[in-house]
Amino acid sequence: MPIQYYLYLALTLFSIGVIGVLTRRNAIIIFMCIELMLNATNLLLVAFSKMHHGMSYLADKTSTVGTDGQLFVFFIMVVAAAEVSVGLAIIVMMYRNTHSVDVNFLNRLKN
Amino acid sequence: MGIVQILFWFLTALALLGALMVVLSKNPVFSVLWLIAVFFAISGHYILLNAQFLAIVNMIVYAGAIMVLFLFVIMLMNLNKETEPQKNIWMRIFGALGGISLLGMFVSLVLQATEMKGKTALLKTGDIGLIGNLGKELFSNFVVPFEISSVLFLSAMVGAVVIGKK
Repeated sequence: MPIQYYLYLALTLFSIGVIGVLTRRNAIIIFMCIELMLNATNLLLVAFSKMHHGMSYLADKTSTVGTDGQLFVFFIMVVAAAEVSVGLAIIVMMYRNTHSVDVNFLNRLKN
Repeated sequence: MGIVQILFWFLTALALLGALMVVLSKNPVFSVLWLIAVFFAISGHYILLNAQFLAIVNMIVYAGAIMVLFLFVIMLMNLNKETEPQKNIWMRIFGALGGISLLGMFVSLVLQATEMKGKTALLKTGDIGLIGNLGKELFSNFVVPFEISSVLFLSAMVGAVVIGKK
């Protein structure tokens, strides 16, 4: 499959995530759009890893070129899981203080 | 058109439809469910690319753990009615315009990139995505970041408990 198809798919997913962050007010949906952007990046990393591997695979069947990309995806998932746990705790605390998750009510950090 | 092409286009369409519905759904619970569909489509892409370990981890961590956490938080807050009280139409229009122009810039960059011409991603073959190879690499060259990520998890857990206890 040509690498351009994966590029277009991942960039479109990323742009939809950006549009979601810019247009929605609900803090949870903004957070989910950030997850969507992280996943678009992951997909692109795996596709590039397989592209890089495919070039050396023809010469040497046992080469492990391109493993790094997939391990980066693994670490991105680790960081995303940590980020979600802390971020959702912050959103729950926010909701307890203001009884709303609308980010417009939170534009002043005091109160 | 072989089975691989059909699967590729099906998963692509599912991912794009799901991503659009995440942004367009009024109800946050439907957004979460559509986002789970997107994650399953991306896992299908990983399987097509023979990155089996990442496909399984994506399903367990993202679709399993993270989205269930989102659902729990939404249900805890009782947000499953339609909530976005203030609507500013100009903010939406300019946000969408900004995102679309970002996408246009990306597409024009990809169209200009000569080093991408004729390159293909290897499908169905190549065993770098299998757990044996990834495990060997993870515990030899990447062992320090792996251990540091465990410290990151511990601090995230402590942070979540401290923030949630107040």
